[in-house]
Amino acid sequence: MDQIFELLAITLGAILANNFIFSQFLGICPFLGVSKKIDTAVGMGLAVTFVMGLASAVCFAVNNFVLIPLGLGYMQTVAFILVIASLVQFIEMFLQKSMPSLYTALGVYLPLITTNCAVLGVVLLNVQNDYNFISSVVYGITGGLGFLVAIVLFASIRERLVFADYPKSWEGFPIALVTAGLMALAFMGFSGLKVW
Amino acid sequence: MNLKKQFMEGLLTQNPVLVQVLGMCSTMAITTSFFNGLGMGVAVLVILTLSNMIIAAIRKIIPDKIRIAMFIVVIAGFVTMVDLLIQAFVPALAESLGVFIPLIVVNCIILGRAEGFSYKNGVGASFFDGIFQGIGYTVVLLAMCIIREFLGNGTFGGGLLGVEQKGIQIFPAEFGAGMLTLPVGGFLVLGALIALMQWALSKSKK
Repeated sequence: MDQIFELLAITLGAILANNFIFSQFLGICPFLGVSKKIDTAVGMGLAVTFVMGLASAVCFAVNNFVLIPLGLGYMQTVAFILVIASLVQFIEMFLQKSMPSLYTALGVYLPLITTNCAVLGVVLLNVQNDYNFISSVVYGITGGLGFLVAIVLFASIRERLVFADYPKSWEGFPIALVTAGLMALAFMGFSGLKVW
Repeated sequence: MNLKKQFMEGLLTQNPVLVQVLGMCSTMAITTSFFNGLGMGVAVLVILTLSNMIIAAIRKIIPDKIRIAMFIVVIAGFVTMVDLLIQAFVPALAESLGVFIPLIVVNCIILGRAEGFSYKNGVGASFFDGIFQGIGYTVVLLAMCIIREFLGNGTFGGGLLGVEQKGIQIFPAEFGAGMLTLPVGGFLVLGALIALMQWALSKSKK
């Protein structure tokens, strides 16, 4: 029972109160880069969710069955980034063969997931928080869902931003950052959320 | 080699954060006190310079297809070294930066410079490029820290003289806009700084 409550707490935290984008600042680059249209934002969010869940599982195994028994804990960063890079490469090849339509839809965003700090971040946070296997995977997936929620909401605001009238020098990134800041303020309201 | 041009590019016209808009995560996340900003800036400067040099040195023997993977391995190696050094000698900094030190691996500035500059240029030019781009990054971090700390808490230079030290109180903390020290402040201050930069660049063009 405790495990279930812990998982629920992790889920709520990762999606709302400690959202990866708005309160932990992980994954800002794709968040700003791939949020001009809602459909690409949805694709990116789903891809990131999938990779985050898978990376959490694989890196948990690598850390606990390879690195720690061999006393190579200090190689974590190098090992994890290699695991993530090869994972993304495999997913790319798999999608290309079996689901070409999704592959073309994701296009250039797929390889970019390697350098998404949310993916490496969630893996490192799993180690830091001493999560067990199930908690790690749940944290990875729900963290990805939080990213998905954030990027889709942001993209839908940004589509309307085109019609807004703001000073010339605020064009592009500055106005997007201010929008994201106001959304972060709204998400801060969730930090009062204590269910258990 | 055109040192003056490279210096101006790193600091202003091609500033990694304000113009190229790279490495946003760490820029917004850790700029809450002067000490954090300085530590992060110097760490990135060192890693960027070293990895730039190594990549420039081995650029002719790397096969084109796996170059990104090679870059990441080189960068991850240096990040691990710097991470261990910080943990050993400045444990307070390691604690307050937390997960963002290992995350320098995926900081787009370093990979971006590797792909965009040092893969095409010699060791010497890459060395200076690393230093100047690193300085550009550090300056922006410090500017963010000073603004957020001053307007948010009314202090200046937190942690600079001692880890526990809160900085010099310039006006009482209760008059500060506490919001700026929260995540929201990171987005807003960086947005304002980029807007200022765009305004200044368009002004100087005319």
